[in-house]
Amino acid sequence: MNINWFKYSSPQTFYPLAGRMIPWFAWIAVIFAVIGLYISFFIAPTDFQQGEAYRIIFVHVPAAWMSMFIYMVMAGWAALGLSLNARLPAMMAQALAPTGAIFTLLALVTGSFWGKPMWGTWWVWDARLTSELILLFLYLGFIALQSSIDDPRKADKAGALLALVGVVNVPIIYFSVKWWNTLHQGSTISMGAAPKMVTTMLLGMLFMALAFWMYTIAVALMRVRCIMLERERASDWVKVLLLKATGGNA
Amino acid sequence: MHWSSWSAFFNMGGYAFYVWFSFGLTALCLAWEILAVRKRRDVALNLARLLAQDKQ
Repeated sequence: MNINWFKYSSPQTFYPLAGRMIPWFAWIAVIFAVIGLYISFFIAPTDFQQGEAYRIIFVHVPAAWMSMFIYMVMAGWAALGLSLNARLPAMMAQALAPTGAIFTLLALVTGSFWGKPMWGTWWVWDARLTSELILLFLYLGFIALQSSIDDPRKADKAGALLALVGVVNVPIIYFSVKWWNTLHQGSTISMGAAPKMVTTMLLGMLFMALAFWMYTIAVALMRVRCIMLERERASDWVKVLLLKATGGNA
Repeated sequence: MHWSSWSAFFNMGGYAFYVWFSFGLTALCLAWEILAVRKRRDVALNLARLLAQDKQ
């Protein structure tokens, strides 16, 4: 079991490896999404308080989970890139940011579309909503900062610092419903307590979250390949790659 | 199965607009992201090819 991890940490070996992994994650995402949607709409019962409107939970909660989870993974890659002074982890962090931003936006908008019929308002400045909005700005700030610095290695370092400072916001989002009295309802699932909902509802959310997770891996791998090509287009491995795939798809 | 008909399903107990907008927007955003990344890949590959041709 002697795997040479350093071999895979260079872009020229990771590029084709990522290319082979993408279809697998994409298909697993599709399968999980089909199961998740089926449970969400046909198995999970009507909520006795919220009627059918509650079904927004099956996109809202998984999107919100992913928005926080992707940020933590992104910050982890950024920290690794910073401490090892390595290219690939920094590229991974950069590849995750747009997907994280999309899930944050989806969590906010679907939350708004759930809040309107249930609370009677699209938006309130309460702790949960405000800290999630700050998360969106952190993602957008990270993307803007990286693209505003021409030297990619300097951009990686600046981005990593911003990502790491922003990590404090994630526990604030997570615990905001406990720490402050908010309009947002309490945690749907909390560690150490029995879930307050029907098992099928829980399963629907779980499968949707898994689908989003697999989707994120697939799309981030696609994006990291783009970043590699953009940054290293002058290097020999890209030339070799293009020669090998003349006429075909690289 | 708790839907009495397809129209009941699409009506979502009167919350059709909110439910379908949420799911529709999610699908749209993810589809858009995939298309955007594929376009970005094509552009990056073309640029790399041009550069490789220049050097020859």
